[in-house]
Amino acid sequence: MAMKYNWDWSILLCRLPEADPTGAVEPGMPGSGSTEFGGGMGQTFDTGAECAQPYFDWIVSGLGWTVVVAICAWVITFSLGSVIGVSRTVENKTVRAIATAYVEMFRNVPLLLQMFIWFFVVPELLPEDAGRWLKRDLPFPEYWTAIVCLGMYHASRTAEQVRAGIESIPTGQTHAGLAMGLTQTQVYRYVLLPVSYRIIIPPLTSDFMGIFKNSSVALTIGVMELTAQSRQIAEYTFNIFEVFTLATVLYMLVTLIVVTIMRFVEAKVRIPGTIALGGD
Amino acid sequence: MIKVENVSKWFGDFQVLDDCSTKVDKGEVIVICGPSGSGKSTLIKCVNGLEPFRDGTITVDGISVGDKSTDLPKLRSRIGMVFQNFELFPHMTALQNICLSQMKVLGRDRDEAEARGMKLLERVDLVEHAHKHPVQLSGGQQQRVAIARALAIDPIAMLFDEPTSALDPEMINEVLEVMVELAQEGMTMIVVTHEMGFARKVAHRVAFMDEGRIVEEAPADAFFTTPRQERTQLFLSKILQH
Amino acid sequence: MFRDFDFQVIFGNLDILWDGMLITLLLTAVAIVGGILFGTVLALMRLSKYMVLSLVAGRYVDAFRSTPLILVIFWFYFAVPIVIGRPIGGLYSVLIAFTLFEAAYYCEIIRAGIQSVTRAQFSAGLALGLTNRQTMGYVILPQAFRNMVPVLLTQAIVLFQDTSLVYVVGLKDFLTAADLIAVRDNRVVELYFTAAVVYFVLCLTASLWVRKLQRKYAI
Repeated sequence: MAMKYNWDWSILLCRLPEADPTGAVEPGMPGSGSTEFGGGMGQTFDTGAECAQPYFDWIVSGLGWTVVVAICAWVITFSLGSVIGVSRTVENKTVRAIATAYVEMFRNVPLLLQMFIWFFVVPELLPEDAGRWLKRDLPFPEYWTAIVCLGMYHASRTAEQVRAGIESIPTGQTHAGLAMGLTQTQVYRYVLLPVSYRIIIPPLTSDFMGIFKNSSVALTIGVMELTAQSRQIAEYTFNIFEVFTLATVLYMLVTLIVVTIMRFVEAKVRIPGTIALGGD
Repeated sequence: MIKVENVSKWFGDFQVLDDCSTKVDKGEVIVICGPSGSGKSTLIKCVNGLEPFRDGTITVDGISVGDKSTDLPKLRSRIGMVFQNFELFPHMTALQNICLSQMKVLGRDRDEAEARGMKLLERVDLVEHAHKHPVQLSGGQQQRVAIARALAIDPIAMLFDEPTSALDPEMINEVLEVMVELAQEGMTMIVVTHEMGFARKVAHRVAFMDEGRIVEEAPADAFFTTPRQERTQLFLSKILQH
Repeated sequence: MFRDFDFQVIFGNLDILWDGMLITLLLTAVAIVGGILFGTVLALMRLSKYMVLSLVAGRYVDAFRSTPLILVIFWFYFAVPIVIGRPIGGLYSVLIAFTLFEAAYYCEIIRAGIQSVTRAQFSAGLALGLTNRQTMGYVILPQAFRNMVPVLLTQAIVLFQDTSLVYVVGLKDFLTAADLIAVRDNRVVELYFTAAVVYFVLCLTASLWVRKLQRKYAI
């Protein structure tokens, strides 16, 4: 005896009315249902659905924030992760120890807890003025926090991949570079890193996908990304299946796009004559 | 020009080099041979500081290799080295491999580096392959590019670490020919190899190493005709049967 | 900042925290066992010669690996009760969500482990007169398993951390318990810091042990 479930896919197309009254109308049923937005105006994508809120816009906004947060975090991840990954391979023991400490610290604490600590604890620990600025004057604080937190969390994983990439190159290559008079830095720059980055494109790709998925954890501190929006819509409309399906499909789409972009990148930097790494 | 004096080295508790001494004058070619694990590769890597050593001194053109204050990259830019596994950089073309140290270490500009690079490729008979990547070249071709790459910095001496050991038999000669030419032009060379034909042809002196020690060292003729030590005789009898 | 560290709020609430940890451990254990069992089934399906099985398992794995865990939790917490027509407890929906989610990841680990044993080994087994099944059982799977165990364990450590996400449906695991106390007593620094230390010590210890195991049993 299943509960009566009111399937209604069209609520996903509820949009805010556009300024132009002759704006695009989806072919479909002529508008007949209520179109109240608390201000009572007509809506685009006129499907006759019971549109209490502009759900379509919410979804788009959520997706947008997911993408923005993930990409900004990736910038931090890639740069910081590269530095730390390289630091784990140098001779200097102190540098190596600091890098190792970073990786272990950010790897062994759940992302959710790290999010809470960044958002609730860090402002308390900073000197008075900085803390107050973070809590009151910084615009979009939860978004910045999410970006920094995600970025630094994933940096530890990227660091490990960079390290693995460098360590997989035989020492003969380093010797050859040193033997011709290159300094250690030059060896990293011209010999080790160019090859290492090509090797680690597959794991970097899956890490990049991971950032998009982990951006959902930021909903706990108030970031209205895709999962948060879909949850909200589910609460408003009770059309849980439709909205969660859409969210899932959108995440899969994002994943697909990321993979495609990385395949393209990999093809561009491939050394002529080698077999594709991590092929189909 | 190159002086090795009482060099000893340990890997943990294991002694890899035991009181090794030799010297190479300008224009001399010395061949080092011996069984695997005898320390010959390690010794040659100590000469340009790729491997550190605990006891003894090595001087190249008056500069001490083991001294902490020595500018090793600068010293290494005056010595060329060729490796057993070629060690060309896979993401660069043959020409780019040859130009890298010219541009980044010696500071030559791109045009000059490429011009000299092409001349060197001509010398090793590989001009048509200048823009190929190592993976597209055969072993013998890669090693010849590696020799050209080492020569690109106009070194005062060349070190060869078993340059033909990783090659298929039919490619060994093309590499040895290049090395013979180099020797005949008066390059100072230290060559670790099993190729006794090469040694007989161009070596001035030959050293035999076993278990980290230089067991015997003699002018080439004397080495092959009248080896004094029993171990040397044993080794020669085994490898000269090929 | 640490001068006013209130230890009492930690020690006075150890029972709540411990109950939370028990839930965390329960979730982890069930998801590991269920995940590996179902993951093995999926892996064998993906490796089977029947296209249908391979495709179905493949789509399953792709779907779960492209979706954030929080969304999966929401699916099973909100959507499944509607499908079967009656509410299921928060704990059961979460257990199912985690098991099915982890199975997708375990499937890939197990599949890679089996494929990492070379075809040559398989041929060698057949050449000795063993049947397909015997070769799988005596030659391939033992080697595959040895290769896989470190990765399986590492995934378990990741899972242990991921259980904290049940926070979004209010299930009282260790982290949610700590958060509840933190909000109730207004002592975020103490509780979050303590929780972080606990997770750090447990996860680091576990991963160091896995590394030791790896060195000891490296083939």
